[in-house]
Amino acid sequence: MSTKTKTTNTLFCVSLFSCFLGVLALPLFAQEKNPFAGSAQVAKLGESQFRANCAFCHGLGARGGGRGPDLTRAQKRHGTADADLFRTINEGVPGTAMPPNGATQQGVGMTEAEIWQVITYIRSVEKKAPPAAPGDAGHGKVLFYGDAACSTCHMMEGKGGRLGPDLTAAGSTRSLDYLIDSVRNPSRRLAQGISEAMKEFSQEYETVTVVDTGGQKFQGVVLNEDNFTLQMMDTREQLHLFEKGKLRSLEKTRESLMPAYDEKMLPEKDLQDILAYLRAVGLVNGGAQ
Amino acid sequence: MERPSGNSQRTSAAFLLLGVSIFAASARAQVTPQRLLDSGKEPQNWLMYSGDYAGRRHSALDQVNTSNAQGLVPQWAYQTMAGGKFETTPLVVDGVLYGTGQDDRAFALDARTGRPIWQYQRALPADIRPCCGRVNRGVAILGDKVFLGTLDAHVIALDAKTGNVVWDVAAIDYRGGYSFTLAPLAIKNLVILGVSGGEYGIRGFIDAYDAATGERKWRFYTVPGPGEPGHETWEGDSWKIGGAPAWITGVYDPATNTTFWTTGNPSPSNRGEGRAGDNLYSNTLLALDPDTGKLKWHFQFTKHDEHDYDATQVPVMIDQGDKRLIVHANRNGFFYVIDRATGKLISSNPFAKVTWSTSKDVDGRPALDKNGSPTPEGNRVCPGAAGATNWMSPTYDPQTKLFYVTAREQCDIFSTAPQPYEAGHAYYGSAYFPNDDAAPFWGALRALDPTSGKLKWEWKHPSPTWSGVLSTAGGLVFTGDAEGNFIALEARSGKVLWHFQCGASVYSSPMAFAIDGKEYVAVAAGSALFTFALP
Repeated sequence: MSTKTKTTNTLFCVSLFSCFLGVLALPLFAQEKNPFAGSAQVAKLGESQFRANCAFCHGLGARGGGRGPDLTRAQKRHGTADADLFRTINEGVPGTAMPPNGATQQGVGMTEAEIWQVITYIRSVEKKAPPAAPGDAGHGKVLFYGDAACSTCHMMEGKGGRLGPDLTAAGSTRSLDYLIDSVRNPSRRLAQGISEAMKEFSQEYETVTVVDTGGQKFQGVVLNEDNFTLQMMDTREQLHLFEKGKLRSLEKTRESLMPAYDEKMLPEKDLQDILAYLRAVGLVNGGAQ
Repeated sequence: MERPSGNSQRTSAAFLLLGVSIFAASARAQVTPQRLLDSGKEPQNWLMYSGDYAGRRHSALDQVNTSNAQGLVPQWAYQTMAGGKFETTPLVVDGVLYGTGQDDRAFALDARTGRPIWQYQRALPADIRPCCGRVNRGVAILGDKVFLGTLDAHVIALDAKTGNVVWDVAAIDYRGGYSFTLAPLAIKNLVILGVSGGEYGIRGFIDAYDAATGERKWRFYTVPGPGEPGHETWEGDSWKIGGAPAWITGVYDPATNTTFWTTGNPSPSNRGEGRAGDNLYSNTLLALDPDTGKLKWHFQFTKHDEHDYDATQVPVMIDQGDKRLIVHANRNGFFYVIDRATGKLISSNPFAKVTWSTSKDVDGRPALDKNGSPTPEGNRVCPGAAGATNWMSPTYDPQTKLFYVTAREQCDIFSTAPQPYEAGHAYYGSAYFPNDDAAPFWGALRALDPTSGKLKWEWKHPSPTWSGVLSTAGGLVFTGDAEGNFIALEARSGKVLWHFQCGASVYSSPMAFAIDGKEYVAVAAGSALFTFALP
């Protein structure tokens, strides 16, 4: 049961053949429907699998964490049907921190049956209907682009600033608690930026101040960095790409550039309106992609 | 190995250049057990996973050194084009490099150019159960064969010149959760390797196979059966699914004919209920007779483990005067110094943040605090489940007399998640999460005094890395980071001298070799194997 090829050409042919096989085989074997749907016993097994494989990012009870979205919402960003969930878990989501099944250091690879167990568990904790939105989404939008000045730094559906995370999908992927915390106390848990394919942890929206050799000072957010280089955006949305060894000074802080919106700056009712706006846009943009 | 004529003259010149005296013709011969014993005499080659039987991951090459390391440039890259973690440490024998890749790839390259001589990939069954990635860390070489442990728990001998399968033996039915990920170790005429699967409720073992035929010569079960010493450390039938895999390559002391292997967690990894007792020989250093597999002594680092503190880190043999030591930077956060003749503990000191143990037991080893166990609600413990270090190799530099290890600073919330055992299925009994601290987790390359474990210097990584460390006689240590840099530091001081951006995280331990007097340093990162040398 082994394949050995002497030349690169043969190897390529074999690989190509396997690819074709893979493409053909997947639709044939992947089930569309959860075979365990509704089973409380299976949901219990799925909870064990979930805790071992998923909770690291998606939190206990699937309510979401800083890394992974809240999965108790009925609407899922990468598809809500059984087959969508299976695909998302098995293949991961390219361009995000969601890895393919079994590819991470955390947790082990799950069998097809175990993936269905996890889906059964997720279904069991889903809130059947989105909570009735107490806020006024229309007024929330006005605040977002107006008095609350969210759009100075955040983009929704292609409109707004670049310094903070794009919030188009936030209303569908983040828990309400997480969103409220991010507004009221943005420095407590910094938002996550770029996720690199093989890196365990995402870059965070840290605040950075640098002075270059010419004495010019720049303040902004870290887009990415390593021990030797810094990629940042300053408060005027200019990109700056530095070699750390060639800077006069570099200071980072975990105090977010975003102001903490307390009740005085943003009364509870206005916050609810903005959350309603985020949720409305998130739902529209939250379908399968 | 057939090579163009005139090559051996060049090789001889190379040895003179390197200040190494060796009869050049012997380098063309097969890899004999004697050559493995004398690996120090041929520093141009890298003959086993850790470079030598002592586990030091040290190269005696000094062409690249503290005065010229900043001039290192890439020589070639070899792409596996496979996804997932690329964990190999290649071997180099007389100009040929032997490496492995994801999904049980193996390959032989012209080590000077990176061009493949042969490539092998195992057709793996769809239902293999590799924990933590479809990875492989390397081959062993002996005679005219290289040896590969596979993800479906086979041991395979490949012809070193062609990659043809010479023999293929199933060690055990992989469907029980068994797999191989480590590089085997060749001793005398035997190929020795340990099994993975601590997350599947396996019963761990270490096997030895006749290199010529593939016949199994012995098996040492790392969980003793009824009637065997240590069996009493397991509650009821828990021994049958007791785990204790041995998934990192061991070392060998020819002076006493002892091979040392380390083992991983008891199963389930973070839940002690149902397996009351010390759970021998999980998280243990084993001293075995390589001829028979008989146990000479054992030292258990973490008794009745509930935090996934596998002891699967390469142990390193160090001689100091007349002291024969074996040292171990353990995943549980302690640096252990042990007498390798008796297995007696000499010292154990933390090399990273530790909260699970503040006291010592009667034998002087760190003991679990009463409040250290996982709870249903979750209990914060340092180090976290990934450990203060892990399988990435440390190195011992005989020049600086320092021990270098990759450390990780992360505490986790450990909670129990009771779970029934089902053959071949993941069996944790637990869950762990990163703690909710605001500050991100980080890592460091730490230089330790191996007699005390005291920190001499550290180089901080912005996030934890899975790269091992290589030291060379050029006064250098090499390591990689999660941000994709491969870095050379001054071994004495920790000063960074050079770095190269590989484009993806390093999940491997580097090595060095030479061809025709030119020193190369190699590391796997992303899905490529990179080599560097002076222009």
